[in-house]
Amino acid sequence: MTDATHDARAGRLQAGLKARYAREGRFKLYGVLAVCIAVGFLLLLLGRIVTQGYTAFYAHEITLPVYMDPARIDRAYPQGTNFELLVAEQQLARYGIKDDARGTRATAMRGLFSSELKFRAAALIRENPALIGQTVTIAAPAADESDLFYKGEISIETPADQRRLSDEQIGWLNRLKADGAVRTHFNGALFTNGDSTEPELAGVLGAVIGSALMLLVTACIAIPIGVGAAVYLEEFSARNRLTDLIEVNINNLAAVPSIVYGLLGVAVFINWAHLPRSSPLVGGLVLGLMALPTIIIATRSSLKAVPPSIREAALAMGASRTQTVFQHVLPLAMPGVMTGTIISMAHALGETAPLLLIGMVSFVPGIPHALNEPTGALPSLVYIWENASERAFHERTAAAIMVLLAFMIVMNAAAIVLRRRFERRW
Amino acid sequence: MIWIFLPILILLSALAFVAGGRLSTRRAQASGLKAHSRPVQHGLYAMIWVGVPALVILLLAGIFSGPVAYHALAAGAPAEVNALETFKREAFFDDARRVGQGQQPQQIWLAPLSEQLVVEGHRSAQVRQTLTTGAAIAALVAAVMGGLFVALQIKPALRARNRVEGWIGGLLFACSAVAILTTVGIVFSLVFDSLRFFQSVPVTEFLFGLKWSPQIAIRADQVGSSGAFGAVPLFAGTFLIMIIAMCVAAPVGLFSAIYLSEYASRTSRAVVKPVLEILAGVPTVVYGFFAALTVGPAFRVFFNTIGSWLVGGPLDGVGQYLMLVQNQMALVAGAVMGIMLIPFVSSLSDDIINSVPQSLRDGSYAMGATKSETVKRVLLPAALPGISGALLLAMSRAIGETMIVTMAAGLAAKLTLNPLDTVTTVTVQIVTLLTGDQEFDSPKTLAAFGLGLTLFLVTLVLNIVAQKIVQTYREQYD
Repeated sequence: MTDATHDARAGRLQAGLKARYAREGRFKLYGVLAVCIAVGFLLLLLGRIVTQGYTAFYAHEITLPVYMDPARIDRAYPQGTNFELLVAEQQLARYGIKDDARGTRATAMRGLFSSELKFRAAALIRENPALIGQTVTIAAPAADESDLFYKGEISIETPADQRRLSDEQIGWLNRLKADGAVRTHFNGALFTNGDSTEPELAGVLGAVIGSALMLLVTACIAIPIGVGAAVYLEEFSARNRLTDLIEVNINNLAAVPSIVYGLLGVAVFINWAHLPRSSPLVGGLVLGLMALPTIIIATRSSLKAVPPSIREAALAMGASRTQTVFQHVLPLAMPGVMTGTIISMAHALGETAPLLLIGMVSFVPGIPHALNEPTGALPSLVYIWENASERAFHERTAAAIMVLLAFMIVMNAAAIVLRRRFERRW
Repeated sequence: MIWIFLPILILLSALAFVAGGRLSTRRAQASGLKAHSRPVQHGLYAMIWVGVPALVILLLAGIFSGPVAYHALAAGAPAEVNALETFKREAFFDDARRVGQGQQPQQIWLAPLSEQLVVEGHRSAQVRQTLTTGAAIAALVAAVMGGLFVALQIKPALRARNRVEGWIGGLLFACSAVAILTTVGIVFSLVFDSLRFFQSVPVTEFLFGLKWSPQIAIRADQVGSSGAFGAVPLFAGTFLIMIIAMCVAAPVGLFSAIYLSEYASRTSRAVVKPVLEILAGVPTVVYGFFAALTVGPAFRVFFNTIGSWLVGGPLDGVGQYLMLVQNQMALVAGAVMGIMLIPFVSSLSDDIINSVPQSLRDGSYAMGATKSETVKRVLLPAALPGISGALLLAMSRAIGETMIVTMAAGLAAKLTLNPLDTVTTVTVQIVTLLTGDQEFDSPKTLAAFGLGLTLFLVTLVLNIVAQKIVQTYREQYD
């Protein structure tokens, strides 16, 4: 090899090196970009939900003096009184506005308050009938549109045909605010009420309890059966056709789309076994079957992590196979089992599609008490509210998502803490 | 109602546990022999014989009392009720049960039925009462018989431990058999109702028909809703959204996996990995909300703006079209589904890239290759089968995903490959068909099971192929 060719080759390599390093830099940049996209989307997703939803955590309340007109209130049946109209007319009179014969203005005024006003007024009268004939101040939540106006989400600048509040109503709302009748407060109703058709009264408590009942059923079914199956497959079974079949089965079940489990629930639990539709019982059963493969897989991997020396030591001391497993191997594998279980429960909590099929799309007011009553669930509530036409439900949907995510974060954090504290590396 | 007896049974079993243990000690002392098993094991043996047969009876009663009661009611029902359509009849018996339990019926029934509702309600309550008492007595008898059997058996020579362990082994096997039962249940429920569907709609029309409009005329004179069950537009829509999702998820997921396994420092791994895990843990309904209220409107505004620039120019037609783009388009659902799949693709590929032996990397570096050259020329070819398996699994997920498409893709069944059009998918149609008013005999609801069966089979094939690939790949380097 002569020097000349060597130099030429070195020169070529040198020139190529620059291009190669540039390619290297670009390749690394693609990687960084990919990670940035993933992280960026997570931030965007969470950021959007918080910005859309934080307004749902406060609400406005309008306090008004109400003259309990004896001519309008039936002493024997106070809840039959149209308190909303009464209040609206008095408010119009206070503003010195004349109504037309059809009561258009009174109806418009009435639309500013929640129908809760009626129930509060009726409750006051029922408690103390002596109030009839006196003037009482009553605080009631603002109606959903008025609330949105006070939150600055409806503006007078929008053309009148694109908003639900008329110019006149906006004028009244401004006047109410100027009079100091409007108070901002923490929206407790969101956490203490069940679902409602009126956004200002709708809350997530019913759905939270429904989800909790459902997870209870899921846990009762999936955890014992899943751990039992994993213990059998990992510690007891001889390798034969049947166990191979079971294993293939479990791997496939883990990847079956969740909506297929919903179809199973409809066909087997509802149409064949006649279990009550949209009940936590059916929901829990379906989610339990769905969570089963994940729990089995997690349990098996943590059983695998327990070293054979433990088993051999126990067997050498004269313990039977069952005693070895239940007194030594399983307790040592427990942190891993718990972690896997909690994560799969968190997953089950967020699952929606099968719940829609077993009937949890229907409107269920109130708070559920029993496993066989129709209830809602948190994820299906998100779906229902997202589909609602009232704009005020949008912010509440985001708030419901925050509640759902909060529960999932708590569960996942518990799993991480368990893993950190109790996991043993052998 | 039968579950009221469960606490009684638990109490009986607990008693049997204590009594069995005591009995074995006493008999051992009396005979002066050393017992083969410990008292605890005798106690467990007694508990099993008292509890299990009775529990099985209660379980069977719990599972079958619904159908049995229904058939008993249907068999003795008056002619008017039996003349009703299946769906109405079921609703009638449901209400009869409610009346029998002293609740309000859910529907208003007309004259002859309203009187029979009370009679049938009474009968329903009676049938249920008989079933419940029968099951409870049977369970009690079983518990007592079991107790007597054990009381005779317990003696020092009884190998109680081995027997108890035999029971435990059987129980654990039963647990793992639940997995098979679930599969059987899925296949059974899908196939059974699909067959009923294919009786009214031929399979060929379902698989190859080009028109999907499941609305069926309720009255004979109704116009415009003939009901067509050609599922090709649904398959096309599903496929389109899946392709878009994979276009997002495959490169981003794969590159982030490469970055995490080859380039990232320990600290950045410690930050990014949990972030990806959070992204994987976000429920799909949240992604659906994000798609419907954030991504959809943003994309619409984007395309409408581009359209407004193009209108009047040489691309006037395109501009006009872009101006009319709606919130619900395949692109939105596909893109958001792609984001959802990023962590899935990334974590699977990460595992696979990590399982490529270090010696291959070292060899490549020793030859003077840069990191990216090593990845491109050595790691990726070596990991290719595994990665393709991971991508197949991601595809199967994309096909089966429901909430994002339900909330963001739309309902119109169109045969199009235009990502800006609204399309519908198999899963969306299953949800729409089964969440309205249900009539379980009409092809409309049964079609959902036909779609479900197709979905199940397609994902099953994808999963089996993918798992086979991943498995053979893993074995290659083990």
